[in-house]
Amino acid sequence: MSELNTLGLAEARDALRKGETTSVELTEACLKAIDAADALNAFVHKTPEIAMERARAADARIKAGDAPSMCGLPIGIKDLFCTKGVPSQAASRILEGFRPEYESTVSQQLADAGSVMLGKLNMDEFAMGSSNETSVYGNAVSPWRRGNDDAQLTPGGSSGGSAAAVAADLCLAATGTDTGGSIRQPAAFTGITGIKPTYGRCSRWGIVAFASSLDQAGPMTKNVRDAAIMLEAMCGHDPKDSTSADLPVPDFEAMLTGDIKGKKIGIPKEYRMDGMPAEIEKLWAEGAEMLRAAGAEIIDISLPHTKYALPTYYVIAPAEASSNLARYDGVRYGRRAALAQGDGITEMYEKTRAEGFGHEVQRRVMVGTYVLSAGFYDAYYNRARKVRTLIKKDFEDVFAAGIDAILTPATPSAAFGLGEMKETDPVQMYLNDVFTVTVNLAGLPGVSVPTGLDAQGLPLGLQLIGRPWEEGDLLNTAYALENAAGFVAKPGKWW
Amino acid sequence: MSIDQSTAAKVAKLARIKVEDDALPALASEFNTILGFIEQLNEVDVEGVEPMVSVEPMRLKRRQDVVTDGNQQDKVLANAPDAREGFFAVPKVVE
Repeated sequence: MSELNTLGLAEARDALRKGETTSVELTEACLKAIDAADALNAFVHKTPEIAMERARAADARIKAGDAPSMCGLPIGIKDLFCTKGVPSQAASRILEGFRPEYESTVSQQLADAGSVMLGKLNMDEFAMGSSNETSVYGNAVSPWRRGNDDAQLTPGGSSGGSAAAVAADLCLAATGTDTGGSIRQPAAFTGITGIKPTYGRCSRWGIVAFASSLDQAGPMTKNVRDAAIMLEAMCGHDPKDSTSADLPVPDFEAMLTGDIKGKKIGIPKEYRMDGMPAEIEKLWAEGAEMLRAAGAEIIDISLPHTKYALPTYYVIAPAEASSNLARYDGVRYGRRAALAQGDGITEMYEKTRAEGFGHEVQRRVMVGTYVLSAGFYDAYYNRARKVRTLIKKDFEDVFAAGIDAILTPATPSAAFGLGEMKETDPVQMYLNDVFTVTVNLAGLPGVSVPTGLDAQGLPLGLQLIGRPWEEGDLLNTAYALENAAGFVAKPGKWW
Repeated sequence: MSIDQSTAAKVAKLARIKVEDDALPALASEFNTILGFIEQLNEVDVEGVEPMVSVEPMRLKRRQDVVTDGNQQDKVLANAPDAREGFFAVPKVVE
């Protein structure tokens, strides 16, 4: 058998059930790979004791014939998820030392499904970023490089540690969260699969909140089948999250037939951006051709309000963030600034938040404060919520016309170098999410699938957008695309 | 809409984030870049459009109004930077 840490979830599950390996062996292989990959800065809190304990318990369950769906499978957890007794900092200085007394619903469900937590994964601070460069832990580094150039590349963000860890085979799969593209963009940058489910599929309870009307958790995996397995374990109604949907969770894996004959796939003309690299254009056209060859009907569609999605997002997300992040006040958890003689409570708040929040987080909290402030609420926040209604209606109209899924590029380019965007204004970085952010605003499921390499040998991905609550059908279309693309490239090991 | 330094200072105050005076010009300039980007929304005809409240049309779940949790004072205080005698401690609030 190949090195155990290189396996995917389905392969490892099948090997475990056939008795070809044990969870202890799988877990040890991953822990060894993690310890050898500090250069990637993907795992920021390692939990080997918890991992080995869960692995031994999983082996006992498998032996007893009582193995749940992810029994014995080692995974990484994004630092945004609260994990009981284990540091959970959202990659922020302000949550330094925070060890939750509770477990997020999603990470609990994954534990209940038998999976083995290896540790916590790097990310942009409070999930605000597209390059994992805003983390208090420092940058996560992509395992991919441009040919023989040793410049460090971004694994994308905000789930950059998750993407780097899965792509570098430090774990079999990882959790991510996606507010504007934070699962799909890093998945595309690192040649892995990531799905953001419909808003409400996964409980948000215990996940540090960024923009509550947009945030969703999802799996980041080595292939579509693994995404189906892990998504099913993560989904389901939770009384502790009033926006979590009380709907049955289908057996997503059983829906992967690869048969997409007669499916109507929409190609939105508004996603053909000015200045789009020819490589992306080509990748997109090839993806459409693959789906056509598999029996789908390719139809040109229009989503007229697409260009307003990013500005809408950059009102709504900061507004919700300014409200959610008000809780970091230096009183209940995390870090409190050292105070000077005579400082009162206002100075405590202001100093704590100035030294606890990084630059990008401060900027977004203040933009959010501004757009919600008296006199501007209608002009900015209410207007953005109205445009959001129109963006969602664009999708409703094409789905009502019979479109089953929409194919778009996942990102406007391949991964860029760490530090390369430093001198540009913040809006340039925000443009990374141009193809993904519409999906969050409309609450839809979206999956990123690697389908090719650029001229420098870096992975590129396509995104499929599905109807609400139809993740199973969406994953099946993604499975057909994956089969046709046959993407097997892996980064050469340099770390 | 252009943001000047005094507006930037006011926003920082509202957000309870200390910003030094010499950092205000750069902050105001960043706000202006971002707000300039957001201004595009003024092109959209939103006449008669309802602002979105909930992205999926679902009724929030109701539950019985009963106590479901509690008696966890130690756990609630466990992560506090300063907890004394069963309370969160903060600098003096009342003059």
